[in-house]
Amino acid sequence: MTANPAAVQDDVLQIGPYTFRSRLFLGTGKFSDFDVQKRAVAASGAEVLTFAVRRMNIYDPNQPNLLEELDLSRFKLLPNTAGARTVEEAVRIARLARASRLCDMIKVEIIGDPKTLLPDPVATLEATKILVEEGFIVLPYTNDDPILARKLQEAGAHAVMPGAAPIGTGLGILNPLNLSYIIEEATVPVIIDAGIGSPADAAKAMELGADGVLLNTAVSGAKDPVRMAEAFKLAVEAGRKAYLAGRIPKKRYASASSPMEGLMF
Amino acid sequence: MKLTINGEVHDVPDSVQTVADLLRHFGLEGKLVIVEQNRRVLDRDTYAEVPVREGDVLELVHFVGGG
Repeated sequence: MTANPAAVQDDVLQIGPYTFRSRLFLGTGKFSDFDVQKRAVAASGAEVLTFAVRRMNIYDPNQPNLLEELDLSRFKLLPNTAGARTVEEAVRIARLARASRLCDMIKVEIIGDPKTLLPDPVATLEATKILVEEGFIVLPYTNDDPILARKLQEAGAHAVMPGAAPIGTGLGILNPLNLSYIIEEATVPVIIDAGIGSPADAAKAMELGADGVLLNTAVSGAKDPVRMAEAFKLAVEAGRKAYLAGRIPKKRYASASSPMEGLMF
Repeated sequence: MKLTINGEVHDVPDSVQTVADLLRHFGLEGKLVIVEQNRRVLDRDTYAEVPVREGDVLELVHFVGGG
């Protein structure tokens, strides 16, 4: 990648028809406090927010709902199919989400195992094909497998979202090599989704060349989620700038930063 | 009239004739509610016209926090 100042200035993320300046996608689950959640969203600078689709509590319809307080002209909603274990369940949730008319993006999330919450790759690929066919902007949450990522792209996915580590673990990037293979080969944006623990992990993902990072627990579970949201914003920006700037190669031996010339002995 | 709503059987008054009536009955008017009727997702513009009938299976869903 060449460092072109004009290009860097205009460094935007394009997913399907949508253009984003922020490369941090924020999940909205597991916040303990509604006000903290709103302030964390603002501090993150995120333009893409994920949501889940669930039954309403028809006995208590006036519970606070983040969506009702958002300026939807400033955010794109990325509903997920979380909770789905099959292709059919995921497609059903996606159709419900789109019927809101607030969004046509969908994060395909089909869990294949209740303990690790790792995605079912076969079902994810199948659901991606169907939803692309139905005109959704499809962002599948996937394993960190380069071949699967390629097949998802061939199926028409508008981005691929390999996990850094299992959901909610905060273990950070477990397989940077596989992620770099996926990034190198990708023809659509690569968003590192799940398992991010700290801003260092997010910066690392961006330095690897990821186009964005999606995280939730790392912010909602922090002692101070608002401050952590801002830390992630800065980390994603730093990592992106570092990637565009091009880091130095790693060397086995030292090279002096100060000149040898002009030494007085 | 008995309807299955979100997995539970509810007995709603006969004045409930359309999906819009049903939402009003539960105090959900003006809320962002997505309705699935007998496994068919409804267009939000049609709630006032779509009738509900004895035995219908309805899902009333919305967006909640999630990652």
